[in-house]
Amino acid sequence: MTSREQILEAIKKYKPAATGLPEHLSYPTLEVDQLIGQFQQSSMLNGGKTIVIKTVEEVSSYLQVHFDKQLQVVSLIPELQGTLDITKILDPHDLEAVELAVLRGTWAAAENAAIWMPEENLVHRALPFIAQHLAVVIESKNLVRDMHAIYEKIKVDEFGYGVFIAGPSKTADIEQSLVIGAHGPRSMTVFLVST
Amino acid sequence: MAENRTHAEAAEEFLKDEERTHWHDDTLWHVRTKRDTAAQKLPEWEVLRENASQIKEYVLSHLDELLIQFENNATANGVTVIWAKNAQEHNDHVYRILQENHVKNLVKSKSILTEECGLNHFLEAKGYDVVDTDLGERIIQFNHQVPSHIVMPAIHLKKKEIGDIFHKHLGTDAGADDPQYLTEAARLHLREKFIQANAAITGVNFGIAETGGFVVCTNEGNADMGTHLADIHIACMGIEKLIPRAADLGVYLRLLARSATGQSITNYNSHFHRPSPGKKMYIILVDNGRTEQLGREDFRNSLKCIRCGACMNTCPIYRRSSGFSYGSTVPGPIGSILSPGIDLKKHSTLPFASTLCGSCSDVCPVKINIHEQLYKWRQVIAKEGNPEPAKKWAMKLAGKVLGNPTLYNIMGKSARTALKLSPNSLIYTRFNAWGKKRDLPEVPKESFKEWYKKNRTND
Repeated sequence: MTSREQILEAIKKYKPAATGLPEHLSYPTLEVDQLIGQFQQSSMLNGGKTIVIKTVEEVSSYLQVHFDKQLQVVSLIPELQGTLDITKILDPHDLEAVELAVLRGTWAAAENAAIWMPEENLVHRALPFIAQHLAVVIESKNLVRDMHAIYEKIKVDEFGYGVFIAGPSKTADIEQSLVIGAHGPRSMTVFLVST
Repeated sequence: MAENRTHAEAAEEFLKDEERTHWHDDTLWHVRTKRDTAAQKLPEWEVLRENASQIKEYVLSHLDELLIQFENNATANGVTVIWAKNAQEHNDHVYRILQENHVKNLVKSKSILTEECGLNHFLEAKGYDVVDTDLGERIIQFNHQVPSHIVMPAIHLKKKEIGDIFHKHLGTDAGADDPQYLTEAARLHLREKFIQANAAITGVNFGIAETGGFVVCTNEGNADMGTHLADIHIACMGIEKLIPRAADLGVYLRLLARSATGQSITNYNSHFHRPSPGKKMYIILVDNGRTEQLGREDFRNSLKCIRCGACMNTCPIYRRSSGFSYGSTVPGPIGSILSPGIDLKKHSTLPFASTLCGSCSDVCPVKINIHEQLYKWRQVIAKEGNPEPAKKWAMKLAGKVLGNPTLYNIMGKSARTALKLSPNSLIYTRFNAWGKKRDLPEVPKESFKEWYKKNRTND
């Protein structure tokens, strides 16, 4: 018998009596008017920062003030011009010097500031991890209560990869002291476009 | 390591450093309180726990079908699925994949399963330099240790010690112990490793049967740095890590980080379904004793565990004895019900490393009845004749005394007198485990029964 057959045989023999699955995994406890406030608070607790803006054009003016223009910027939003054209990059190792990546988020959960970004938003899977800083732009109409609401809307296997990013890279492995910037981005700025 | 020692003997080693013991105790309790705060923010918390438990119940009762469904979907996604009956098979498969793909440099993110299988030592013996990339794991790897906690692997070390370790291995300034500075040094060191790696090994937090994908959660982003830069991704997954539907992730991702550290979510929650063009992805499904545990009716619930570590943070024994005293890959309360199933003889003292207070069961996000299972393992072990002779003798005597009211009254009276009259040197001997590191309470003048008789005669 192969290992596969042995494992499946053993399970058949030992598994308990069949039980059912709970349906309708939804717990609407946040009100619509609480969403932006809750998102901002969650993001802050995760080590991130939220800027509420009226138009996407404001992203550009904010970043000009806060980031060095001499360094590499990859922008995947049409309103902002980057310095590196990611579509010309074939090997993700060539992203090593990226200072700032600006991406679009698809859905955001207010409860924990997790933002869903499928592979098409990233072009290269490595981008939001290898960049020194990360900025994500998301429309407030795509801000929902919680993870359940997002899983209802997305198809997780539509792309080969997708990720919920909720904050910058962080660790507390040395005496439980929080340090931002473990391996990936040293900051995460979320631009919440509230129209 | 506590290979052949009892939990109490191994704990004694840790307790020698009183300051560290208190620090360890306080730090983990702090994490426990953060968990409480996070849980209390969600009115639906208890419903979530109930659902999480029910979904895992469904998984255990349909595990064979779900594994086949998972395999079919993952295969259709272009992922190679491999089955391993035990640790040796798992390690052999990893080695074969590395050989076949001519891998020279590999990075690894946190995986308790690969610890369980002893993968690092196995690969190191074959000449590989296995680079653990989780900061805590890298620290203990430098220090030739194994994790003492499943979420906070280096929680047993102080920053001063980590500073010394980094000074030796990474050339940081002697005596420097600032966490920010040390983390930056590790960042630079590990970036180099990420860039050079041909293969990345990760664990799996959740495997999704209906899509054949899997989810890996980290705060550091190390699993992603590794997998997206390397050409080969090997994901090592215990067969119990399955969930039926993608929607179930909502339940588990909401519970996992809140239970583990009190965060509302880990900062990176990556959903892998297909390899990037030109790259390869493997999933190794590992049994290694899990099907046997499934066959143990009293203990199969332990397979619901999602490895959050909440039971460790809350456990009064774990907090004061540290992970190493358990001598098992998974320490703490959950480790004490999983490990006897793997090797009953070696781990026979673990179910006794508990006060049976039940706090572990109260915080468990998937509602495993941990303290009840600890009690049940004790019964199994007592039947097998395993507890220490002194304990056995004491239990027999206690059974006699408690079963006979006259004898009980006499024994109580004489004990009160004896304890009052005895010099401390006689009470705090090596035979009295309760006298170690603590004073016995003051001996009452009379028993409750005597007090009650005196005070309630008129009623």
